[in-house]
Amino acid sequence: MKRRVFEALRRAQQAGQPVALVTDMGTGFQTLVGSDGRQQGDVGLEDEFLPQVLEAIRHDRSGMVEFYEGRFFINIFAPPLRLFIIGAVHLAQALAPAARLAGYQVVVIDPRAAFATPERFPDTVLVREWPDEALTALRPDASSAIVTLSHDAKFDDPALKAALATPAFYIGALGSRKSHASRRERLLADGVAEADFARIRGPVGLDIGAVSPQEIALSILADMVLQRRGPRQKAAKE
Amino acid sequence: MSTLAADNALILQQAADWLAAGKPVALATVIGTWGSAPRPVGSLMAIAGGGAMAGSVSGGCIEGAVALQAEKVMQEGEPRLISFGISNDLAWEVGLACGGKLDIYLEPIA
Repeated sequence: MKRRVFEALRRAQQAGQPVALVTDMGTGFQTLVGSDGRQQGDVGLEDEFLPQVLEAIRHDRSGMVEFYEGRFFINIFAPPLRLFIIGAVHLAQALAPAARLAGYQVVVIDPRAAFATPERFPDTVLVREWPDEALTALRPDASSAIVTLSHDAKFDDPALKAALATPAFYIGALGSRKSHASRRERLLADGVAEADFARIRGPVGLDIGAVSPQEIALSILADMVLQRRGPRQKAAKE
Repeated sequence: MSTLAADNALILQQAADWLAAGKPVALATVIGTWGSAPRPVGSLMAIAGGGAMAGSVSGGCIEGAVALQAEKVMQEGEPRLISFGISNDLAWEVGLACGGKLDIYLEPIA
């Protein structure tokens, strides 16, 4: 690896930007590709090859790929996974440790001192601030997930607006279909574009028939994995 | 994955520190695995001239061999592909329950 490619890789890591290091196994040429498609390195990648690399970045999937005659190793360097939970509620007490187990750094945001306590959330970073302000300050990136659980529109709605301004790979909102529909009306009236609102997973979680807080936490985590990785079967068909 | 991402960030940090101290550095990357391999594709190990290591490419059974090859890679300045096949007997000896095979890309950072 050329020193300047190495330095560029380090800079991307320090800036929290996901990048792909693409190595041509035939020539040894290396190219660093950002999630916006920007490239630096020994050689520019072919236009038709680039979407495959961007897809690998999106799903954090390292591996060997073939493109025409060549074999390329794509190594994804993603920032650490983070989960921001809005609302230090009962369900959050199940979701925080479950997410940690799945490799996430967890931050629970709730301005209410009675909810956001270390007793209720051991080993968890607690932020007792308004969710929208806290999210803006904590700068979620493309390796971040944001889930609103407070069930209270005065916390959840501004948090979702702030979340939509970030490249977070997952934005979820707890609530029934009905409450999600009224959330849609409120946010659209508040100037959120329909296409942006569509990024919000609501009702949050994969439909696995979850009932208890622990099961709902599992369904949310399962959906986060699915959104991040993509289904394996689709990948097999490609 | 996140843990891998966090690991790799630390390994690259160590590599950067070695480079800043004027040491030659090689980087080993797991680029392919078959069977049971303890470290996933994309795992890194950095090796400094003199043999210091950070990270891992297996459960510990081939790191020494990789470090030896790394010395050559640092001297020659050319990357190389190394394949390790682990026979079932050997795998048992080094504590793996079943045989695996892995490919490692070893390159100098220069």
